[in-house]
Amino acid sequence: MPRRRRDAVVRRGIRHVGRAIALQPRIFAAALLGSSLFAVMTVASAYVIGEITDRVILPSFDEGSASTAALALAVAAIIGVALLRIVGIIGRRLLSGIMQYRLQAQMRREVTGQYLRLPLSWHQQHPTGQLLSNANSDVEAAWFFVAPLAFGLGAVIIIVITGGAMVATDPLLALIGVVIFPLVFVINALYSQVMSPRQQRAQQLRAEVSEIAHESFDAALVVKTLGREESETERFNARAGELRDGLISVGRIRGLFDPLIESLPNLGTLAVLLVGAHRVADGAIDVGELVSIAYLFTLLALPIRAIGWVLAELPRALAGYDRITPVLEATGETPYGPEDAATASGGAALGLQGIGYTFAGVERPAVRDVTFDVPAGGTVAVVGPTGSGKSTLAGLLVRLVDPADGTVLLDGLDIRSLREGQVSDQAAFVAQQAFLFDDTVRGNITLGGPYTDEDVWAALRVAAADDFVTALPDGLDTHVGERGASLSGGQRQRLALARAIVRRPRLLVLDDATSAVDPAVEARILDALRASDAPATVVVVAYRQATIALADEVVWFEHGRAVARGSHEYLLGEVPGYADLVRAYTQAEGVPA
Amino acid sequence: MTVTLPDEDRREGAIQTLRRGLRMMPEFRRGLPLTVLLAVLATAGRVVVPIAVQQVLDRGIGAEGGPDLDFVTWVVLGCAVVVVLTAVAVYRMNLRLFRTTETALAGLRVRAFRHVHDLSAVHQQADKRGALVSRVTSDVDQLSQFMQWGGVLGLISFGQLLVATVVMFVYSWQLTLVVLVCFVPLGIAVRWFAAELAVVYGLVRERIGDLLAAVSESVVGASTVRAYGVRERTAERIDAAIDRHYRAAVDAQRVAVGVFVSGELAAALANAALVVAGIYLGLAGDISAGTLVAFLFLVTLFVAPVQTASEVINEAQNALAGFRRVLDILDTEPDVRDPATAAPESSLHLPDGVLGVRFDHVTFRYAPGARKALDDVDLTIAPRRRVAIVGETGSGKTTFAKLVTRLMDPVEGRVLLGSDDAGWVPLSDVAFGSLRARVVMVPQDGFLFDATVADNVRYGAPTISDAEVTRAFADLGLTDWVEGLPHGVTSPVGQRGESLSAGERQLVAVARAYVADPDLLVLDEATSAVDPATEQRLTRALDTLTAGRTTLTIAHRLSTAERADEILVVDAGHVVQRGSHAELVGTDGTYARLHASWRRSSAGEPEPVA
Repeated sequence: MPRRRRDAVVRRGIRHVGRAIALQPRIFAAALLGSSLFAVMTVASAYVIGEITDRVILPSFDEGSASTAALALAVAAIIGVALLRIVGIIGRRLLSGIMQYRLQAQMRREVTGQYLRLPLSWHQQHPTGQLLSNANSDVEAAWFFVAPLAFGLGAVIIIVITGGAMVATDPLLALIGVVIFPLVFVINALYSQVMSPRQQRAQQLRAEVSEIAHESFDAALVVKTLGREESETERFNARAGELRDGLISVGRIRGLFDPLIESLPNLGTLAVLLVGAHRVADGAIDVGELVSIAYLFTLLALPIRAIGWVLAELPRALAGYDRITPVLEATGETPYGPEDAATASGGAALGLQGIGYTFAGVERPAVRDVTFDVPAGGTVAVVGPTGSGKSTLAGLLVRLVDPADGTVLLDGLDIRSLREGQVSDQAAFVAQQAFLFDDTVRGNITLGGPYTDEDVWAALRVAAADDFVTALPDGLDTHVGERGASLSGGQRQRLALARAIVRRPRLLVLDDATSAVDPAVEARILDALRASDAPATVVVVAYRQATIALADEVVWFEHGRAVARGSHEYLLGEVPGYADLVRAYTQAEGVPA
Repeated sequence: MTVTLPDEDRREGAIQTLRRGLRMMPEFRRGLPLTVLLAVLATAGRVVVPIAVQQVLDRGIGAEGGPDLDFVTWVVLGCAVVVVLTAVAVYRMNLRLFRTTETALAGLRVRAFRHVHDLSAVHQQADKRGALVSRVTSDVDQLSQFMQWGGVLGLISFGQLLVATVVMFVYSWQLTLVVLVCFVPLGIAVRWFAAELAVVYGLVRERIGDLLAAVSESVVGASTVRAYGVRERTAERIDAAIDRHYRAAVDAQRVAVGVFVSGELAAALANAALVVAGIYLGLAGDISAGTLVAFLFLVTLFVAPVQTASEVINEAQNALAGFRRVLDILDTEPDVRDPATAAPESSLHLPDGVLGVRFDHVTFRYAPGARKALDDVDLTIAPRRRVAIVGETGSGKTTFAKLVTRLMDPVEGRVLLGSDDAGWVPLSDVAFGSLRARVVMVPQDGFLFDATVADNVRYGAPTISDAEVTRAFADLGLTDWVEGLPHGVTSPVGQRGESLSAGERQLVAVARAYVADPDLLVLDEATSAVDPATEQRLTRALDTLTAGRTTLTIAHRLSTAERADEILVVDAGHVVQRGSHAELVGTDGTYARLHASWRRSSAGEPEPVA
């Protein structure tokens, strides 16, 4: 079994190298060409020095005079070879770098493309810190070996040349080389096998450290106000300590591997000297031949080290790649149908038929068997206690998630049958917690859509956001910072409302989206939506009686079910829970509603 | 408050950075001398083989009267022993180096993490969080990666350079000078390159931070991206960040290649100069042909580490760029410092007993020149009072809460806590340990950790049991809610608490503050997303439970104000009214207007036409 596992690591490593080459074949070919030029010129430079010794230096010393022409030729040869070597270096290094970064960029695009493509249910199961780590350090790890790859493969040329020269000179001495090379690969295979699990663990711990940092910085306000900095640091310290131990254990193997690989060619050279001396004594070869073989052997140190660099990085590359593969292979992409939504203006008719939804890892459904219709242009308020499933329902209406059971109908069409982009063209959703992008006010409202500044200001006026936006230093061009950090909660909420309003949606879903907005402003928003000739259909999750009063009909929600529906007055009379909830404030003081 | 991290001075020299770094990583210095000694030994192995070749050829095989095989055997065996010992020395050195650097880096990581929590940048503005994460993760990783090979290689190369120079001097001081002169331009070029590399790699690290920010936006804003069908637009933004990083990385690579090419040029120059100078020196009778030939061989010992070193310099600058970003965090002074660490002698504990609040002519603005968020507020809240702070959005209510809990300090004036009996203590002198144990705030977005409900509540009181958590919820009138959870208080809440609704998260956050048992409780819109019936139940329970404590409640649902002992009405940074609900509701003023509006909205009456 161990042999098979070792083979698997090596084979997978080779396949991974092949993957890199297949993805960037041209750049790789050019880098390899540069590397080959470098390799050939490295051998050539040794040859040049030998020739200069024989033809320029020794004759000069013998004759007691130097020919200027010969000297000039020698200098030209040294510089010429060096210049070619430099061309090789530029080709190899620059192109290898470009190849490595292209592979990184390409994979980052794929990984982040998946983040955008995969459904919310997938996101709910993957911590942000881990996803960041996938896109960052795992991608980096997966292609790190590309930097020395061309060098390592180009170095094979040196091995072939020196190997050939050695065999030609003396087959017995060449045997020593034959012994050394398999040893290098055996050591590498062992190394990969021991290293793989350690590298996997290190990458895993890197992700965990990133998760803790991300969560803890997100929670900064809570950490601060409860004075829990020490315990958070302790939590981070524990994981950082594990990562440290993991990296030390990686280092222990690496620290053994490097000197081992480096001493092999050295020992080889010594063996050549020992055996060679006997061969010279036997008269099998002459001293000159031994000198050249010894020299060739020292040349081998470089390619062996370069190949070692590539092989040493492979376990880490596989560890990174293995962590990304599940993201790239994750399915559950939202399927879209071929249908176009109705092109009519005005509100869309909404229908819910037996809707059910359960979060992953939870037995109890969050929403079950919900059935009701909202006629085109109608306004329905969804009211219910905290945690009864209202937000989940709101998300189902605009296809943030797909129901496990039942169908959501927009103008009679199953929203799953609509083409991509059709639902968001028809419906706008404003979440409980407004999310803003790190962009300008304008960018946050248009989101790249074709809206003029007049449209934007009109939407801002409806959302009662025009005053504060006017007061911002750069008006619509003001950058709101990451997540809209420079604005207050109420301001963020109003921009999120304006974002929905500017689209003139046929269906507007507000999930308690006006909690931080004054009641008067909320009334204005709803009035503006209803005032147009063709009013939008509105579903609003709300607690305020004023908001509820604007609705034609109220759906009473409890434990994930639409328990009752009817007018506000009807529910007040028939549903005790409803009356308790909406009258909570007025009852407290004994004031009649 | 715009708390900015200092602009990165990417041109800071490597030595300065290292000195700064060593100050922050005391672990690193431990045992360093022995590591350096091992590095010197390791160098020996690199020199021994070329010497062996020369000895065997000159004195073994080329010995007078035919090859001296015994001599060859002894030299080879001796050298083999040295090679093996060297390998062992390198191994030992690697172990020591990895252990100390990883330990030092883990320490650095943790210190930076701790320091980030001290900086208001992180809790005042979500801004830069992605980038902050990158400073305790990928920036430190970069350093660690460098240390796994670059550090070792750098040390060995440096040692080899020294040994090679000495050996060269032994053979011929004149030729050694020739070689050194050829490398002088390289030395100058490397200084320039190092500065340039610091800039380009600094940019690379910065681009990684931007990239992480863009990715985290798409992940955290996943539902907005989907609801508005802006997948492509978001992808374009991320792709742009990816491309910017790619371009920065390739630019850096270009400079790095420049370094390598310079090293190569210097080596070629040295070889050519050696041949020319060697022959002329030889003709003048200063050196022999054998010395020159040997020297040509020796110079490769000098050139190789120079080339390796230029490689290491590249990687080092990359790592240093990350290092600088981590150190910059540590060098940023927190704008609100814990007196217990800043000035331990003068730091105080809060007086015993219930705490009142006193604002002594407090003025606050979020940035120099900005509008005053609070303007010369001067008031005292007696202990045991239940106080509601009301006012329109942007009137300064939250500023009030942040000053009382010392998330920030006033621009002018002082905030004091205490009572007339026990004395008043300036907040700026109170040790955080004492402050946070007795003054607790529940913010609107009460962040939950990816753990169970009970774990999150325990965040306020680490030692309590699950049963006690259950009892706490019962005290707060939330038993029904807990029983409705799939696994009661041991139900997991998901990351950021997202398996719960916003209102449910607020319930847990209130319970968390309740078990912390503070003397002064500050609720900043803490129940804004909770349904009215539950909120009424909860706040009534809290009123009873916190009887005898001081509570400050900020809420736009004025039911809270109706029950408060006292109401502070804030408008444009001033406290414009103060009194009980009964007193204020009949007086023509801001409160009466706010209350009427709220009453209408909660009773479902239409707004009067303005």
